[in-house]
Amino acid sequence: MSDVLMPQMGESIVEGTITKWMKQVGDPIERDEPLFEISTDKVDSEVPSPVGGVLEKIFVQEGETVEINTLVARIGDGSGSGGDDPAPVPAAEPQPAAKESSAPAAKAPAQASPAAVNGKAAESGERVRSSPLVRRLAKEQDIDLSLVSGTGQGGRVSKRDMEAYLKGRASAPSAAGVSAPASGGSLGTFRPAPATRFGNHSVEPLSTMRKKIAEHMALTMRLAVHVSTIHQIDCSVIAKARAEAKQKFLEQNGTKLTFMPFFLRASAVALKQFPQINAALDADQVVFHKDVNIGMAVAIDGGLIVPVIRAVDEKSILGLQKSVNDLAGRARDKKLKPDEVTQGTFSISNYGSYGSLFATPAINQPQSAILGLGAIQKTPVVVHDAIGIRSICYATLTFDHRIIDGALADQFMTHLKGVIENWTEPVL
Amino acid sequence: MTVSTLAEVTAGPAPAPAARQRVCEYQDLGRMAYGPAWDCQRQLVARRKAGEISDRLLFVEHPHVVSMGRNAREQNILASPEMLVQKGIECWETDRGGDVTYHGPGQIVCYPILDLTEWKRDVLAYVRALEQVMIDAVAEFGIVAGRVTGASGVWVGGEKLGAIGVHLSRWVTSHGFALNVSTDLDYFGYIIPCGLTKPVTSMQRLLGEAPPASDVQQAIVGRFGDVFGAAMTELTTAAGDDSVAPQRAGARNL
Repeated sequence: MSDVLMPQMGESIVEGTITKWMKQVGDPIERDEPLFEISTDKVDSEVPSPVGGVLEKIFVQEGETVEINTLVARIGDGSGSGGDDPAPVPAAEPQPAAKESSAPAAKAPAQASPAAVNGKAAESGERVRSSPLVRRLAKEQDIDLSLVSGTGQGGRVSKRDMEAYLKGRASAPSAAGVSAPASGGSLGTFRPAPATRFGNHSVEPLSTMRKKIAEHMALTMRLAVHVSTIHQIDCSVIAKARAEAKQKFLEQNGTKLTFMPFFLRASAVALKQFPQINAALDADQVVFHKDVNIGMAVAIDGGLIVPVIRAVDEKSILGLQKSVNDLAGRARDKKLKPDEVTQGTFSISNYGSYGSLFATPAINQPQSAILGLGAIQKTPVVVHDAIGIRSICYATLTFDHRIIDGALADQFMTHLKGVIENWTEPVL
Repeated sequence: MTVSTLAEVTAGPAPAPAARQRVCEYQDLGRMAYGPAWDCQRQLVARRKAGEISDRLLFVEHPHVVSMGRNAREQNILASPEMLVQKGIECWETDRGGDVTYHGPGQIVCYPILDLTEWKRDVLAYVRALEQVMIDAVAEFGIVAGRVTGASGVWVGGEKLGAIGVHLSRWVTSHGFALNVSTDLDYFGYIIPCGLTKPVTSMQRLLGEAPPASDVQQAIVGRFGDVFGAAMTELTTAAGDDSVAPQRAGARNL
């Protein structure tokens, strides 16, 4: 009897979706004959049978997505020996134990006990459901799977359940104490309550990136006192400057000119004027940064990342645009170097490119403020007691009220707004 | 006896081509209907698995055809079957990944038959690599193309220039990518390409005039060799015949 597992189709791939079973239960199959197809975005892959025999069980139906190494099918020799197993998935116990239980004789008394438990569980049909990966972990960590509460489909024990169990076991002796503050952002926070599992649903594991984002976001919301102030900025002057320079800029530099360098420049000027914004709280001290390194939130496959443009105050508009393109491009290709996402002193989130008018972004720890940019839209506004059409943007500053007060935040924004609205710096 | 200077030694062999151990043969099938081209791919895949041939890159231009990938949803074909027949558009359900797309004259379709175990066992890396080939190839014509998060393919300013759909069998690839050179984009109006309500574009539309298809093909061959680290060798057999088993005659290194 042979287990068929969900294969890993690439380094960063943690799960697969079965799109089609090429064989039905009971069908004979040759070794290497296509057994099922799985799909990831744009790629459809045939998975061949690891052995010849008869397809005895299918555990994952078409359209279902499961983690890699999950048991998806079982192939037997056709004698039906696998068919008398009442559980839809294999027993939780490590395979050697299961073999022992069926060994007829010469069994030490000490081994009889677990074997009996195994047999009993099988009879009552209450075997713990789990994947081979989980069973291996259980064996390595010496865990009794019947003690782990499964949150997967049909009470299935997932790797995450195992991790939660291990974590609980590790912290159990000190559980009565106050929880350590540093661990509060850990994944434990996100373990769903059992009440989330109802009705028709599917379950997906968090990717590594998602876990990091979740931890970081929970951390920042717990640490910093987030307050936001929103200013209306007239972008007509920079819109005109950009429109005039756009074509020539593209021809000369092979790259499009966006609004981002303008806001980077304005932020740098304002940060120099108000160093308290370009600062970080470290215990009972405030660290004022002399460098202006601005992080730029970039949406990428499965999450976001904030590469940092260094020495923004020393770069030209062209230099800034090149940095933006380079970092955003490599962020999407996942080719950023580790030191390109650190040492930011301030951040900008340009959610306006997704149509948002205004939002309240979360501060990127250990920074103290983040500028959010809404969509720049032509809007009727009052200009010199007349109604004019101007390119308007709502810009948000979310700041940490522990070290920045509202008055300071608004002075900073007024300064930034002034740079944008009275733009004079040549673009080319 | 030759004496090398220190500079020569440290610089290594002067501009020798990068170490390219693997060979990829490429072949232009010319204009070929979808069905025969698919048969051709399947036979090559079998031969690649059997180790009878090296990696292969097929170029083909299809007559009007709508192909549906494994993830295709019927509602993404907007035209009725009668309408498609009336317009002379074939419709195929295929085993590639992805949704619905259109192929037709003026579009360069590339079908790499590669054994990924000799490259990287990574389907995502493979899709990104195909995108890179297209991005680098169109860059030679001055087009700055890029990727869009969550939407595979190659994009210019929110418009799709190249599409991707791949099938893998024991790590041997088939299907591949399609690049719009001078495609009549109106035909995309019969479908929702890849299920995305985003506009489609072509090199012709972006440049004002269409570059010669042979130039684009050469650019793809060159960049494909770079991205996959393969020495590209042309197979010069007449297209249209049973070119599944072409002779190795006429091979030359680029």
